[in-house]
Parts: sequence; C-alpha cells; structure tokens
Amino acid sequence: MPATADATAALKLRFPQVTDRASLDHPAVNVPPADLIALLDHLRTDGGFDLLTDVTAIDWAEGVSPRFTVVYHLFSTARHDYLRVAAACADNLAPTMPTATGLWPAADWHEREAFDMFGIKFDGHPDLRRILMWDEYPHFPLRKEFPLAGIETPLPDLEIAAETGASLKPAPMMGGPFVASPGEMNLTEAEPRAKDESWTERREKPEA
Amino acid sequence: MPTEFAFPDSAAKAAAGEFETEKMSLSMGPSHPSTHGVLRVQLELDGEVVTKADPVIGYLHRGDEKIAENMTYNQFVPYTDRLDYLAPLANNMAYAIAVEKLAKLEVPPRCQAIRVLSAEMARISAHLLGLGAFGIDVGAWTVFLYSFTEREKLYKLFEELTGARFTTSYTRIGGVARDVPEGWLERVGAFCDQFLPILEEILNLLTRNKIFQDRTVGIGVISKEDAIAYGLTGPNLRGSGVPLDLRKDHPYSGYEQYDFDIPVGATGDCYDRYLVRGEEMRQSVRIIRQVIAKFPEGKWYAEDAKRIFGPPKAKIMTSMEELIQNFMLVTEGPQMPAGEVYFEAENPKGALGFYVVSKGGGVPWRLKIRAPSFCNLSILPKVCVGAMVSDIVSILGSLDFVMGECDR
Repeated sequence: MPATADATAALKLRFPQVTDRASLDHPAVNVPPADLIALLDHLRTDGGFDLLTDVTAIDWAEGVSPRFTVVYHLFSTARHDYLRVAAACADNLAPTMPTATGLWPAADWHEREAFDMFGIKFDGHPDLRRILMWDEYPHFPLRKEFPLAGIETPLPDLEIAAETGASLKPAPMMGGPFVASPGEMNLTEAEPRAKDESWTERREKPEA
Repeated sequence: MPTEFAFPDSAAKAAAGEFETEKMSLSMGPSHPSTHGVLRVQLELDGEVVTKADPVIGYLHRGDEKIAENMTYNQFVPYTDRLDYLAPLANNMAYAIAVEKLAKLEVPPRCQAIRVLSAEMARISAHLLGLGAFGIDVGAWTVFLYSFTEREKLYKLFEELTGARFTTSYTRIGGVARDVPEGWLERVGAFCDQFLPILEEILNLLTRNKIFQDRTVGIGVISKEDAIAYGLTGPNLRGSGVPLDLRKDHPYSGYEQYDFDIPVGATGDCYDRYLVRGEEMRQSVRIIRQVIAKFPEGKWYAEDAKRIFGPPKAKIMTSMEELIQNFMLVTEGPQMPAGEVYFEAENPKGALGFYVVSKGGGVPWRLKIRAPSFCNLSILPKVCVGAMVSDIVSILGSLDFVMGECDR
C-alpha cells in the first residue's frame, strides 16, 4: 500500500466512514472515534505502519464544534512514509477518545500528555495521570482559554502552602513577548495584553 | 542476565517465615548526577533488583507549545535552541524546514549545504557530550576530559558561524542568518582531520575496556520489536538493530547526495548503543568532508523568503518599503497559508518532529513538538525491571536523553 492518494482510497473502501483530511504534505484521513481503534489496528498489522511517532490534540477554541481533535502520526519503518489519522472528540465539554495503548505502548505517554494538556480522557488507558504538570494541577494549559501568563494555583504541597501562604502566580509579562494574536484580533486589541507593565514580580497586580 | 537474578535463599527463608522481606521505594533524582538534568525515576526495589520503575518527568516543563501559539513563526526560533540544547543547530534546522514546508519555500543548495554541515557538527558535539557523560556515569572520567576538549573546538567554530556558542538561533525560516565566514570551511576541514585520530583514542578508552564492558554488555537490552513499539528513534532504535535513519529514508535538505553508512547494533544493549554513537561520529565526519568538497555557490536564503524574514538593517533605515515590510513582519509575523504539516528530522537524539497547524496569519494555531527524548524515555518502565540499581545508571547514560527536550 503506497502512501499516495490510492492508499487513502483503499482505506476508504475498507472503512467507508473514513474521509480525506486536508493536508499540505502526508496523506491524511479523518475517522469517527468509534472506528479509530479498528482503523489503527488495520494500519498497524496490514498497512505496515508499525511506528506510532506522535499523538497529539488540537483545541479549535471554545464555541467551535467539534472542539477537540486527536491527531496520530504513523510511520512505516519498511516503506518510510507517514500517515496522519485524525479523530474529533464527540463531546466538547468532556472530550473522550478510545486509547491506542493496546496497539502501541508508545501511545501511553503521548496520551497522558494529551490528557495533561487538553483534558482529553482516553478510555481504557491503564494509567491516565498527568505527565508534565503535577497530579493536583487543576487546569489544562494548552486549551485556548488558558492564558499565556498562567493562572494562580495553590502549591502542590499543601503543607508548605499552608505554612508559607505561597502560591503559584501568573508570570508578569513585563512588556513581552510582543505578539500578534492568533486569529482575527487586530493589533490594538492584541497589544495591551502583553504590554501590561503595571505590575512585576515584586509589585502586586493592582485590582481592576 | 539480570532478569534471571533471584534470591533462592532469602525467598525460601521468607516463605518459612524466618524473616520478613518488603519492597523498598527509592526516588532517583530529580537531582542525581546520572539523570542528566531533572529526571526522577521512582524505583521499587527488592533488595538491589528493580521490580518497578516509574519515570517522573516535567520538572523542566516550560510550556514551549503554549508559547509558540502566542508568537510569530520567526520569534519561536530561539526557543528551538532550548529543546535539545546540546544540538541547537539541528533543532533550528528541523523547525525551519517544517515551517518552510508550510510556506512552500525551497531553499537554495548553498543554504541546504550550510544546514547539513552545521547539523552534522551539532551531531558530533552532542554525541561527544553523550559519550563523556556516559563515561562518567560508569566510572570512566578520562573520556569526558578528551571529549569536552573536542567539543570546545566545535564551539569555537559554532561561535564563528553563528555568533553564539550554545544557543545559536542560526537558521531562519527560508534560509540561514548569514553566510559562512571566510576561511571557515577550511577550519572545519582541519578540525575533521585532527578529530578522527582523537576520536579513535576516545573510543579506545571504552570499547575494549573490561570495566566498561562489564557495566554495559547485556545490560538494558531492548529488542527490535520493543524499540519500534515504544516509538524509539535515533541511535537508540538503531542500537536495537533497526536500520532506520530519516537522513536516508526520508531525505531532507539534500542528504540524498551524500554517502554515509547507518551503523546498527546486534543485541540492543547499552554497549550497542554506545558503539552506534561512536560510529555515527565517524559517519558525520564523512558527510562534513563531502559537503565541504562540493560546497555550492549562491545565496544562503531563498529569494522569496523576503516575505518571511526581515530585510537588511541598512535598508530598513534608508528605504520606506523595507521599513514598512520590517514593521509588518515584526508586528504581525510572516503570513502563512492555512494547513497542516508534519516534519521530522534525524537529530542526534532521534526524530525531532514539528506538527504545525496553521489557520493562516503570522502565528501558528498549534505547534506540537515531537521530542525524541520523551519517546525514548517512555521505554524505561519496561527496560529497568529486573536490572540492578547500578544498571539504571548505565541504561540512563546509554539512552542519552535531554530533559530540555523531553519536558519542553
């Protein structure tokens, strides 16, 4: 099965639910979450895509439906080609996706990362814990509504937090980074967000 | 084999109720000399045998992917230095090629040659550090002294080329920051000439060293199937006998015109991974010499990359059009088409991938970094079980990871 348009055409014959996904490079397909594992299993055993190089998610922002898409990048160690498989989570508030850990152990850490950053629950994952943030962390940082500076959060060690009264504060941006916002926001709206110099690490943020 | 290690006496005694045994929990890291940065491995021990290993990562998490969504494509280049900070030139190149794929830019042959040259030098530098640190981990101090002397020479060359020794930020999207300095290629050639004999000397310190072999041969064996199933890439995958190298299998930046071999291991133990890295340095020298021999003339940036990186400083100050263009690039970023690309480059640690999702405009909507160290470390819970505590040091040293990249 060469990685061309025929490859996805052959896939679509076998899995009629599969649709083409727009891509600038590698062949890419969309699949409903219900058929995801069957498709991945087929690709791994019969399609020759034996290496799962990456699993990640995209947040298309609040108000967009479907909001979360999970993206898998597969690689064939024999043919040296890539395939992108994407599945959109059905529920925007409590996104879930079946786990691929049964097919590739490599999916374990990637799915934990997607859970950690986006809050996508991978059904059947044997050990779905946060991986980069600490276990008690209450937010999902790569969701679009999460601000770049961060959100004030209690320290992971509650004993130390109670004793010192310390907490994790948002980063003072101190005039940078100077950014153009993603999307259609114009510069005047985008600028002050990063240009708030009214507070620093030493001086508290004034109450609005 | 460590997996067959057992305590028949103690097991029998424990069964007879003569004494109680219990498992011990040991936290290795995050500040431990052999965890090369801030990796923590939560070990469960039965005596000195590891029964469970749970790597705890994230101590160096900076949210690079979040940062990328909030700045223009050009602004993110310095952040790529800080992924695998032992080979920033290779990271710069991987990121640049990913975005160039999105922008449909072709860079001229001279630019490709400069990138290949700098990436291979970065590979030598990264492997030298990996080797030196691995040597220290298993008690061979000398290797470190030799390999760091050579790295210093490479850093001098990097400094000449990029202006920085460590965080180079040399590659631009659509080119490189500046052409090679005069006489620099000859100095790189001279480095290669004196490096090869020294490399042999360094490797001779370890390859037939009985103590080193005792610490590495048969330790941390990763089978071919496991290596693929866990998504290992780079020297760790090749050490297990899978001849996969993206420079050959999915060539980019003109790698297809150079002649080089891909070393593979036979058993997939720590010793094989060491051997693979040693040979890769020789192959990198081979590539560097070929690049220098047929170094192409021409521009070091793509002609149509002017819409991506800023015009020359002198022009900004004197010409209105360039001033406006510079202003637009700095404030709104280079305008990219909408779409998705995924690009992986063969970095010293493995396949470094960038998945860029663009909705158009100057800022990526999502930028996912597929870090080879992250994937390589995910096999730890499997490979550590049954090993002795001292073997963990060998295994970590041979996997040669960088936490800056793993945690992003």
